[in-house]
Amino acid sequence: MMHSKTIAELAAGLQKRDFSSEELTRATLERIEQHDGSLNSFITVSGELALEQARLADQRLAKGEGSALTGIPVAQKDIFCTDGVLTSCGSRMLENFIAPYNATVVERMNAAGAVMVGKTNMDEFAMGSSNETSYYGAVRNPWNTAAVPGGSSGGSAAAVAARLVPAATGTDTGGSIRQPASLCGITGLKPTYGRVSRYGMIAYASSLDQGGPLAQTAEDAAILLNAMAGFDERDSTSVDTPVPDYTAGLGNDLGGLRIGLPKEYFSQGLDDGVAGVIDMAIGEYKKLGAEVVEISLPNSPLAVPAYYVVAPAECSSNLSRFDGVRFGHRCEAPKDLEDLYKRSRGEGFGAEVKRRIMIGTYALSAGYYDAYYLKAQKVRRLISEDFRQAFDKVDVIMGPTAPTVAFNLGEKADDPITMYLSDIYTIAVNLAGLPGISIPAGFVKDMPVGLQIIGNYFEEARLLNAAHRFQQTTDWHKQTPPGFE
Amino acid sequence: MSLDKNDVERIAHLARLQIDEADKPEYATNLSNILDFVEQLGTVDTENVDPMAHPSDATQRLREDVVTETNQRERFQKIAPQVENGLYLVPKVIE
Repeated sequence: MMHSKTIAELAAGLQKRDFSSEELTRATLERIEQHDGSLNSFITVSGELALEQARLADQRLAKGEGSALTGIPVAQKDIFCTDGVLTSCGSRMLENFIAPYNATVVERMNAAGAVMVGKTNMDEFAMGSSNETSYYGAVRNPWNTAAVPGGSSGGSAAAVAARLVPAATGTDTGGSIRQPASLCGITGLKPTYGRVSRYGMIAYASSLDQGGPLAQTAEDAAILLNAMAGFDERDSTSVDTPVPDYTAGLGNDLGGLRIGLPKEYFSQGLDDGVAGVIDMAIGEYKKLGAEVVEISLPNSPLAVPAYYVVAPAECSSNLSRFDGVRFGHRCEAPKDLEDLYKRSRGEGFGAEVKRRIMIGTYALSAGYYDAYYLKAQKVRRLISEDFRQAFDKVDVIMGPTAPTVAFNLGEKADDPITMYLSDIYTIAVNLAGLPGISIPAGFVKDMPVGLQIIGNYFEEARLLNAAHRFQQTTDWHKQTPPGFE
Repeated sequence: MSLDKNDVERIAHLARLQIDEADKPEYATNLSNILDFVEQLGTVDTENVDPMAHPSDATQRLREDVVTETNQRERFQKIAPQVENGLYLVPKVIE
């Protein structure tokens, strides 16, 4: 069963020449063809390009060259620009946008020898928590096709959960890697802000956006982050600090690890079943030698409101580039320039994107800047300070990734604020710029639950180590949705 | 904060967004609800708190003032809606 293997297992098979990358890639493309009809996790499948990359990978492998990713099929979230391949960002605005260059993440993964099999579906411009705002149709959760996969990296999460691909990339502005990873029962890592280059990653909220991997295991996430992370002078917020080998410390002992449990993450709105699963997972960590400390992040209830000022403000500025002049959608027969702008944008953007652009425009407009944007940035500082103080006392923070398991399609689509609150435990991490990971920790009514682990700045290795040790003693991450075994 | 249809029109104009007439009441309701929701920010005292624009409070890196990009006009204009002689075309702006 090649499709259920992890990257680490597949890499071993490729190295021993048990199978070639071309065979593996063909099998992956066939599986996508067979199974994606019920999920809609891909916007584009780039079969020919993939086979070409696979043959090149086989040449490298034959010479004993390459990395742990050489010859491994991966999917890219459709927010990453891919030279010569449609990059739609889930929007009608970019329905015809064949990117003229590669994002740094894509370039780095190509250089590592990964084989891109396609581009995954997502909430339009990464604005959503259910993948229902995509112009290309909602993605379905492989654990229950009536349920959402989460968002905005819902296509990537569903594709990995259904074992269509061993790994995919995502981006996380307010939880968009961790929340779908939780809802689909896989591992998803949001690195420290600045760790992974944003060059060629279509911008939503630039001070929050960060790319990262989605995979079956923490070990695979470490292999992927090794390729993705690193300084890039083309991203002005890329951080120039050395990238460690994230696989090196995976097996480290967890004895004495201090885990902080924020009391605010176990109160309002948390589903009882999810709370039970998280308690069990914490118990597992105690068995592994960790110490548990109750902590407080007193300003965390303000994270979602602060986010819904900061993110829309930045989005209203970022998305002004879509003007119907240089690329993207243009309306028919504009009568003047203003009409061209307004109709191209009105037709090209969906309702949620328009809402966020308008909230941001309002928050930044004359007379309102101090009351909204400046205020939200000050609250952001308080939220960030809460974490700083917590990390004086503990090594990592744990809690639920999302307050509930996956909800049904349509259930929250008409009420933006209810939808926004599904990111209640993930958003603060983006405001502070910290790394966080979600790993499978159990089930409630046959739907997966994710445990979130938050670390201090640039402590991805510690998160991956904690996640890996949990995965060595549990098998939640090995569960596969019925019908996709 | 309660926005009405006129507010929606004013904001949509600032954002250069065409909003269908029939959708305006729903935008007014949704945007008002979102603004009410973020009003919670007013409950916390932020006197003497520095606004945080960036997670690591980094300043912009500088580089040598040299040309780093090559001219790829044809390549980039291939995906433009309308070009002529290397220029992007838009409706007439100056009468």
